[in-house]
Amino acid sequence: MNPAPTLSFHKLGCTRGGRPLFQGIDSQLKAGQWLYVVGANGAGKTSLLRMVCGLSPIDAGDILWNGTPIHDQRDAYHQDLCYLGHLNALQESMTVHENLIFTAALGGHALQKPVANDVLARFGLPGRGHQLVRHLSQGQKRRVALSRLALSPARLWVLDEPFVAMDDTGVRLLADLIDAHLAQGGLAVLTSHQLVDIGQRPPQLLELRT
Amino acid sequence: MSRPALQKLSTGGVMRAALQREIALALRQKGEVLTPLVFFVVIASLFPLGVGPESALLLRMAPGVLWVSALLAAMLSLQRLFAMDYADGSLEQMALSATPLGLLVVAKALSHFLLSGLPLVLMAPVLGLQFGMEGRSLGILMLTLLLGTPTLSLIGSIGAALTLGVRGAGVLLSLLILPLYIPVLIFGAGAVEADAAGLGVGGHLSLLSALLVLSVFFAPLATTAALKISLE
Repeated sequence: MNPAPTLSFHKLGCTRGGRPLFQGIDSQLKAGQWLYVVGANGAGKTSLLRMVCGLSPIDAGDILWNGTPIHDQRDAYHQDLCYLGHLNALQESMTVHENLIFTAALGGHALQKPVANDVLARFGLPGRGHQLVRHLSQGQKRRVALSRLALSPARLWVLDEPFVAMDDTGVRLLADLIDAHLAQGGLAVLTSHQLVDIGQRPPQLLELRT
Repeated sequence: MSRPALQKLSTGGVMRAALQREIALALRQKGEVLTPLVFFVVIASLFPLGVGPESALLLRMAPGVLWVSALLAAMLSLQRLFAMDYADGSLEQMALSATPLGLLVVAKALSHFLLSGLPLVLMAPVLGLQFGMEGRSLGILMLTLLLGTPTLSLIGSIGAALTLGVRGAGVLLSLLILPLYIPVLIFGAGAVEADAAGLGVGGHLSLLSALLVLSVFFAPLATTAALKISLE
C-alpha cells in the first residue's frame, strides 16, 4: 500500500444538461489533509463528489489517485475509497447488524457482531444491533451509516453533507472520527452547509462558482 | 479512536453474503415469493376455463400455455431486482465496493431463480396434470423449466438494470425482455411437444443448456454496464 496517498484534480470540469457547472479546477490533497467543498445550491458539489467516486463520468480534465487516473485503476481505487452520499444505503427491513455485516462483506471483510456492537456503542447506539433499521429515527439511521466509516479501512473518505440530521453530539463524534482518520494519514473530501472544525486542521477550501 | 481489525473474506464468502442477504430480504416480504407462484397457477388455470374441457385440445396446448405462464410469472418480480437497492443507495455502495459488480449481479440473478424460478418448476407438474399431461411429459416439462428459468432470470436482470429509475418501468421492462425470451420459449415448449410426438428431445435440451451457458457469461456483463449507466 502506498504510504503517502494523494488525490489530485487536473483541470476538472463538469457539464450538466448542457450547462457548464464548473471548469478548470486544480487541486491536490495529501495524506492528513481534507478538502472542504463549498458552494451555493446547484453549484455542483454533489456532482463533483460523484465524479471523485467514479460514479459519474468525468466531463473534462482528470482525477488522479496516487498519480494515476481513477478510471484506469477502478478496483484498486475502490479499495481505498469510502463514500457516504445523501442516501444511507440501509435496507429498512434488515437489522442494523445485517446491514453492517453486508457492507463489510462488500469491502471484502468479515465483521463479527461484537466488533459491530463496539462501534455502534461508540456512535451512541448501544444494543441497537438487533433492531430493524425501519424502527430507527432519521438521525439514528445516519449514525448507523456513519459507523461504516469507523469500520472501513479505506484511505479516502468522500462525504456528502455528512452532518445533516445529526445532533450536536453526533456532529462532534463525526468530526473526531474524521480527525482521527486524518491523523492516521487518511484523506477526506466533504461538503457541508454548516461550518465544522475538524480538530485543529485547517481545510483546503474549494469554492464552486458557476 | 482506533479502527477495529477485520478478517479478510474470500470472493466466495462475499458471494455467499450477498446471496444470503437477497434471500433474507425476499423472505421478509413473503408476498414477493408468493405472487409469481399464484400468478402462474391462476393464468395456467384460466386456459381450460376459456377454451373448454376438450381434453385432446388441452393436452395439445399444455406445453405452450404452461411455458408462457411461467415466463410471465418469472417476469413479475424482475422489476424489484435492483429497485430497492437503487432507492436506498445500496446499489451505489455495491458499485463502489472492492467486489466486482458482476459477481453481485450473478448473486442477485441466482436468488431470483431460487425464489421465483424454482417454485415454478416445482408447481408445473401439478398444473400439467390439470391439462391431462402424464408422467414422462411432466418430467420433460420440469427439466426444460429447470434449464430455462435461470436463463430468464439472467436475461431479465439486463432489462431490470436498463429500466432502473424509469417511470412506467414495468411495461417497458416487458417490452424489452419478452422478445429476448422467445428462444427459451421455443426450445422449452418445443421439447415437451417433440417428446409427446415421439421425437428425441436431446437437441432441444442442448440448445436450452447452451442458452443458459451463454447468458451466464454475457448477461452479468450487460447488466453491469446498464447499472453503471443508471447510476450516473
